[in-house]
Amino acid sequence: MNALGQLKFPRRSLLKGGGALVLYFAISPARVLLAQEGAPTAAPSAELPGSLSEYPFLDAWIRIDSDDTITVFTGKAELGQGIRTALTQVAAEQLKVDFPRIKLLTADTAQTPNEGYTAASHSMEKSGTAILHAAAYLRRTIIGLAAEELGVAADNLKVEDGIVVSSAGERRSYGQLVSGRSLHVTVNDQSEFFAPDSYTVMGQSVPRVDIPGKLTGKPSYVHDLRLGGMVHARIVRPPRRGARLAKLDTSEVDRMPGVLRVVRDSNYLGVIAEGEFQAIKAMQALQAAAQWEGGTSLPSDTDIYGHLMQLPADISVINGPQTPQSPPEGAKIVEATYTRPYQMHGSIGPSCAVGLFQNDQLTIWSHTQGVYPDRAAIAEMTGMDEQSVHLIHMEGAGCYGHNGADDAAADAALLARALPDRPVRIQWMRDHEHQWEPYGSAMIVRAKGSVSGTGDISSWNYEVWSNPHTTRPGPAGNLLPAQLISGAFKPEAPTNIPQPAGGADRNAVPEYRIPNARVVEHFIAEMPLRTSALRSLGAYMNVFALESFVDELALAAGVDPVEFRLARLEDPRARHVVTTVADAFDWTGWKREPGRGRGFAYARYKNLAAYCAVAIDLDVDRATGRIKLGSAVAACDSGQAVNPDGIRNQIEGGLVQSASWTLFEQVHFNADGVQSVDWAGYPIMRFPSVPAAVEVHVVDRPGEPFLGTGEASQGPAAAAIANAVADAIGARIRDLPLLPERVRTAMRG
Amino acid sequence: MITLRVNGSTFDTDSDPETPLLYVLRNEMELNGAKFGCGLGQCGSCTVLADNRPIFSCLTPIAMLSEREITTLEGLGSIDDPGPVQRAFIEEQAAQCGYCIPGMIMRAHALLLQNSAPDEAAIREALEPSLCRCGTHLRILRAVHRASDGFQEQTSAAGESTQ
Repeated sequence: MNALGQLKFPRRSLLKGGGALVLYFAISPARVLLAQEGAPTAAPSAELPGSLSEYPFLDAWIRIDSDDTITVFTGKAELGQGIRTALTQVAAEQLKVDFPRIKLLTADTAQTPNEGYTAASHSMEKSGTAILHAAAYLRRTIIGLAAEELGVAADNLKVEDGIVVSSAGERRSYGQLVSGRSLHVTVNDQSEFFAPDSYTVMGQSVPRVDIPGKLTGKPSYVHDLRLGGMVHARIVRPPRRGARLAKLDTSEVDRMPGVLRVVRDSNYLGVIAEGEFQAIKAMQALQAAAQWEGGTSLPSDTDIYGHLMQLPADISVINGPQTPQSPPEGAKIVEATYTRPYQMHGSIGPSCAVGLFQNDQLTIWSHTQGVYPDRAAIAEMTGMDEQSVHLIHMEGAGCYGHNGADDAAADAALLARALPDRPVRIQWMRDHEHQWEPYGSAMIVRAKGSVSGTGDISSWNYEVWSNPHTTRPGPAGNLLPAQLISGAFKPEAPTNIPQPAGGADRNAVPEYRIPNARVVEHFIAEMPLRTSALRSLGAYMNVFALESFVDELALAAGVDPVEFRLARLEDPRARHVVTTVADAFDWTGWKREPGRGRGFAYARYKNLAAYCAVAIDLDVDRATGRIKLGSAVAACDSGQAVNPDGIRNQIEGGLVQSASWTLFEQVHFNADGVQSVDWAGYPIMRFPSVPAAVEVHVVDRPGEPFLGTGEASQGPAAAAIANAVADAIGARIRDLPLLPERVRTAMRG
Repeated sequence: MITLRVNGSTFDTDSDPETPLLYVLRNEMELNGAKFGCGLGQCGSCTVLADNRPIFSCLTPIAMLSEREITTLEGLGSIDDPGPVQRAFIEEQAAQCGYCIPGMIMRAHALLLQNSAPDEAAIREALEPSLCRCGTHLRILRAVHRASDGFQEQTSAAGESTQ
């Protein structure tokens, strides 16, 4: 008998009738307490892989009932990235159970581990890795139990869809084998996996489990949640940040049909009505009745970069020598300044949440990315005990980072507490989302470098200025509604995410072999406009700037941009995605035509996650300056590919979204506030501007760790487009977005 | 009271005649397909068909619709028996978050009713009013091409059966 077979599971004497483990978990908060409680076998270990380092116990991740129902738990949330499908694949593969039999429960403070935020492309790396190890460990343990029960060697047992079968044909289901046993044991980190070449579920493009329902009208989003007796709410926000609600006469609104309650708490204002359109009409009347005073006036969007650069900054050299590098004598010097405006998440469905306050318990259904941190913030805001607040994730429209979700959940909390015993549904209007979501920060990069006569990069100085890229709750003060109520909570002082992942400086350090590359970050904590995590954080701007600058140096050196990169890339996996794209795009055979350009870019996200290269060609209309995207080719290496089509969908989607940011997007504002209040004031890509084709090559690395994919293509896509425009018009545009007027100006020289 | 004809059935509502159709569909009929996106006719998430033409249900008051035949996503098929456009979108895995897709499907369906073999430019033009933020556009385009093949087969099969 092997070591596994000897592993003993404690029998649970408390279980009545030797029933399923489910009995033990009948009261759901107990499940979480159990999974988090002190160790019978070991304390949490930082050495365990993925999120197992925080939740080392098997029962935090997997439950098997005596009727053979298999439930897998993840603290991560489905955001439209396909995580529900990919995590189920991992569990099915390692448990050797048919895919449809696995039930996956996602982010719920009464059910699942606390895996923080579903962010930073961490879901596969953290939760996927935990489930991978937990499932493999459980399968081996069950085989050990079967060996013991059947009195045979584990080597003589095999598994068929959750049933252990002996060579003599005796069969025991997983449910039978674990019945009455506790899975509250630490997952052994020496998990043995099947050889990747034997995988039948991982590595397959299993169709997404959520798509058929979404495309036929099944309730799929928190927006579709209908609870008995549910009522509808709308909010009224101040016209600008810091404005005070000076006067409010609610007599007219109170008399409107369906109106149940006007909710006011200091500068917080909302209305609840029986019907949704009644709530909207009441909101409009309330808006007209409210008189606001004061508030912070914003700088103008036309001089925002100068404004940001004169604000106090925390300056740090994050790579290379403390003092700037001087170019050697005779070297060709290149200097460039790049800018990126504030940009929006721009979810197509405005933020929404449902709250129910009943018997001193508050339940919130929300599309938050972090049920646990949001619960803590809402408990603090309402003065409630955390255990009395229950956060349940339901999907929303794609969020792409910290959008209005958490704030809408806080709205639901305040509104539900004002009308106990009725579920209250709040949905923001379009202008709420556009005006009050936290934006992706405006950023500035200044680069100065040189190439020697032999084409070597002889100096590299790179400085980035940025506002914070994460201001999530956290403390209650990071919730917008908490800042408006009496006793206004203050936002916490923002901090930068340290290297190597970085926040403002994410991907600011070049991966290329460049001696003494000096990289400086100017972290500006004061936010003229509220900013937070927008998909890929600082990496979008840093890769745009860095990969534009590499092309500028390649041009100065007179070397082909792909060759120039390959000459400085050592990591074979990086080289592989670069050559894959160059070959598939036919970089060397590409036909030059007037007005047409091609561009290339590469980055490894955070310098430690997925590798991604992008090439694209495009046409520039010389009269109008309009850019028409042609064909794009991308390659991505995310380690072991669990669902190749899911990776393609993420890379292709990220590329198209980045193309929209890069060509069209900029938040407009002036002293009176944000002016981009709808899709007319903040245009994004529409179908006629979408690239002609996008081809994605998934580089599979069987047995290698999962690497985050969801934010890998945004930076390279932006730089490839900018490089292609420079190639097409023979002039460089360094300010985002690449608007037609900028193209025309650049062409005039 | 206003009587609406939705997906082949009638529905009576006491809602204020100026109520946009979207709220009656979602809250009274409990149909999830049409989504609130902007309330301004800028994003297309709320698109349904009135007499087979796309309309923004977030803007169109029910008072204007009593004589019209309204079709929603649910009228095209179900999860067990999806319609040809829905099937094509599922086969192409043409969704990420999926929030905009019902509107896309309705617009594609309306296009194919008019022109069962649209070229790429015609599809892009027909879908222009609809916004997608996840960048699923290329899959959506492929799905409409695929649905068009299905529509043509259906049309030719129907043609043969009537001969």
